[in-house]
Amino acid sequence: MITIDDILETNRMITENKLDVRTITMGISLRDCAHPNINQFCQNIYDKITTSAEFLVKTGEDIESEYGIPIINKRVSVTPIAIAAEACQTDTYVPVAEAMDRAAKEIGINFIGGFSALVDKGYTKGDRILINSIPQALAVTDLVCSSVNLGSTKAGINMDCVREMGEIVKRTAELTRDRDAIGCAKLVIFSNAPGDNPFMAGAFHGVNEAEKVVSVGVSGPGVVKHALEDLKGADFTEVAETIKKTAFKITRVGQLVAREASKRLGVPFGIIDLSLAPTPAVGDSVAHILEEMGIESCGAPGTTAALALLNDAVKKGGLMASSHVGGLSGAFIPVSEDAGMIDAVARGSLSLEKLEAMTCVCSVGLDMIAIAGDTPAATISGIIADEAAIGMINNKTTAVRVIPVPGKKVGDTVEFGGLLGYCPIIPVKSEYSSAAFIARGGRIPAPIRSLTN
Amino acid sequence: MKLVVTIVGKDRVGIIAMVSNILAEHNVNILNINQNIMDGFFNMVMIAELTEGKIKLPELQKLLGERGQEINVEIRAQHQEIFNIMHNI
Repeated sequence: MITIDDILETNRMITENKLDVRTITMGISLRDCAHPNINQFCQNIYDKITTSAEFLVKTGEDIESEYGIPIINKRVSVTPIAIAAEACQTDTYVPVAEAMDRAAKEIGINFIGGFSALVDKGYTKGDRILINSIPQALAVTDLVCSSVNLGSTKAGINMDCVREMGEIVKRTAELTRDRDAIGCAKLVIFSNAPGDNPFMAGAFHGVNEAEKVVSVGVSGPGVVKHALEDLKGADFTEVAETIKKTAFKITRVGQLVAREASKRLGVPFGIIDLSLAPTPAVGDSVAHILEEMGIESCGAPGTTAALALLNDAVKKGGLMASSHVGGLSGAFIPVSEDAGMIDAVARGSLSLEKLEAMTCVCSVGLDMIAIAGDTPAATISGIIADEAAIGMINNKTTAVRVIPVPGKKVGDTVEFGGLLGYCPIIPVKSEYSSAAFIARGGRIPAPIRSLTN
Repeated sequence: MKLVVTIVGKDRVGIIAMVSNILAEHNVNILNINQNIMDGFFNMVMIAELTEGKIKLPELQKLLGERGQEINVEIRAQHQEIFNIMHNI
């Protein structure tokens, strides 16, 4: 039996603490769309996406209103285009990105992900074409998101791709310089990328996934912070217990939404992604949870430990609430999308180097970080290599989404708008070059899985 | 479908009467009512049964929302399952 207190608590989470379902993402396989003629391929994927996800937005809106839980985004992820389009006789996949964009607009979704390549061990022809197409593809589309997986625990790190991606990031920034390099906000460079992640910009429909699946990404940093506000001075056992209980409740809502969406769309349920995904709105910040635990300003010593506890407790609480958990599942720390992170950078307490340390213990990695436009490509590659190494060695997903904003330098601020937020330019402290290291290329061998010290 | 109707706002005469009237007009059966008043703030939770065909949930939500606004209270109507799933294992 539910009590009046339970009901009021749930509604308070939604209205005051900004509990929401961040996204319902439909994964769609495009493996059966292959065709040597790129125009026919584009038509095939357009038809498949618009038919499969025709009712995605309407279904999301119906569930939102029936249960009174905001569902912020409806998205689609597809088979990595480097695989799906590989049979096309062409030297560019930009028309494919345009077809994805048209399909996304036709069905009214917020983003479409999967302009992607998986090259942790090496490139195929399609991978090369895709990577070269990224800057242009992101410049001429609005809703397409791109990702490249260049490292894994099983295969090591593709350092040729690390070198290349530094340049691709720069070129993407240059081609979208009139919009503060927004193209880079839609490009994620992964190590150990999961194929069932519903969150953008890194979502793609993995090759081992079913024909179609529906996955849900939950959110709710505000709810966790609110729960901790009643625990001033309590010890960490109590803190962890409270986060677990809160994560359980948040995830149950995600499970309900996923179950309903799956039933109404006639598409199997994939996974719940247990992430705490912040937004720039006040009261929706992961940094503020860490500060509630007693860190004066995010980035101060203790931040990594606080984040480790948070990330682990969210998983433990969420796991029991859902039948299938996957994706990125953890606390996100995207700087420009988190009011507390933005303030911490502006205050000078949070640096790129501290963020790198934080990525060792939480979901994903260096995310939505604006850096000076004149940062050399080799330095960006160095940042990517470091993050990929953390993922590879620790058997976890890591990622880099940095935005070298042309014409901006430390002291400036950049505004991306909407969920992507705004951010001061973060200094890359080292003045020393990574060029000779990055120029080597080749592969960093896969790591040993024993003697783990 | 079982609904949870919540009403939150400043207390005044006739809130319950108004909401029950709207529900009765549309053949929505009230199963349970719980209310309290804290610091002049009115909190009420009703569990009700919506019979399909008489009125659809989105229309009922709109109607309750508008009428609530007229007397300065917030009225929400939600499918009961979201509360069950969050608070029961």
